[in-house]
Amino acid sequence: MNYSYYPGCTLKTKAQDLDRYGRESAQALGIVLEEIEDWQCCGAVYPMVRDEIATKLSAVRTLMAARDKGQKLVTLCSACHNVLTRVNNDMRTDEYIRSRANSYIAPAVPYAGETQVIHYLQLLRDEYGFDNLAKAVKKPLKGRRIGAYYGCLLLRPSKVMAFDDPENPRIIEDFVRALGATPVVYGMRNECCGAYVTLKDEAQARGNVDRIIRNARIQGAEELITACPLCMYNLKKHQDGSMPVRYITELLYEALGLGSADAEVAVVDGACSACGRAK
Amino acid sequence: MQMSEKDVAALVKEISGSDVKKCMKCGKCSATCPAYGEMRFHPHQFVSMVARGRVEELLKDPTVTRCLSCFACVERCPRGVEPANVVAAIRVLAEREQEGSNISPADVPKLVAGDPEIPQQALVSAFRKYRK
Repeated sequence: MNYSYYPGCTLKTKAQDLDRYGRESAQALGIVLEEIEDWQCCGAVYPMVRDEIATKLSAVRTLMAARDKGQKLVTLCSACHNVLTRVNNDMRTDEYIRSRANSYIAPAVPYAGETQVIHYLQLLRDEYGFDNLAKAVKKPLKGRRIGAYYGCLLLRPSKVMAFDDPENPRIIEDFVRALGATPVVYGMRNECCGAYVTLKDEAQARGNVDRIIRNARIQGAEELITACPLCMYNLKKHQDGSMPVRYITELLYEALGLGSADAEVAVVDGACSACGRAK
Repeated sequence: MQMSEKDVAALVKEISGSDVKKCMKCGKCSATCPAYGEMRFHPHQFVSMVARGRVEELLKDPTVTRCLSCFACVERCPRGVEPANVVAAIRVLAEREQEGSNISPADVPKLVAGDPEIPQQALVSAFRKYRK
């Protein structure tokens, strides 16, 4: 089945692993992800005050592009998923925002929130099926004790995101199980990592990350996985390096037998083979 | 003409979309706030002060920028008051004032030089959150 795909700004730059392993895994599963043409950055955070319309327009354009192709819109970055889902909800339910956004963009066909936005994990669970995924696994990740780090953006506000139980989510745990590994449940998995405040005050983010990682470790997690580049940054930066953190797609890529995400990274002509950055 | 404090409070209610009068003062919002220790005023205080029309102190407080917009208070409010939206409205109104920005494009090279791993998402978020 074909889907519209929105990578977002960070998946083209610092989070290329999240994107690349996601695309290659989807391809191996026979899922076609068609990148939205000429997409713009979603803005990374949902504009929370009601009189801000212009900051929602780039998300509306992306949603319209998927509508025009008659496809569901697949996201991978948690922040993009949050912004696109919430702006879509505004366009569907809020006449004040819908009429103004349509006046700005003046599309041939006005947009009223018709697109269905689904996260990559929902694509695997609801469209492909975790049962089928388990059958497609070639290299089960047996014996690995993996803690899911949900963070905020996939889950909240649950009335709009409708992603999973906001206090006791299980989609990532079920994903981990489908890949043959052992999920480790810990209480802090849906508490904030410190987000953008890390740029203002590292100590605040470090406090958050410290509580999360300590909690995960006490519950027996030996590694964490996330779908958010900013969570990844904070979780890696504000700890001593003893808790590995990977993207959900790195794990998937490995379990599908496509290669080891870690081992494949090599320095070629002075640049990292996975991300292209100079080493 | 300068808006009165009462008018600004009404504007906060309007652009936040929050019905602050629904608050039953259980304090769950502040109990769950991961930025509690970093902020001078806490989620329940934003709600009750706006309900009483007392916004001037809130608008002057620089620690409003420490709110993470993690929506924990929104999720855990049993009355659907959405305290984070009230905090966001105060923050946006403060930033819309002249000199209200808390980050400048001139800061970016310094930030990135200090840590080349900073993801674009962090910078874009910071500009949306700290600047008008």
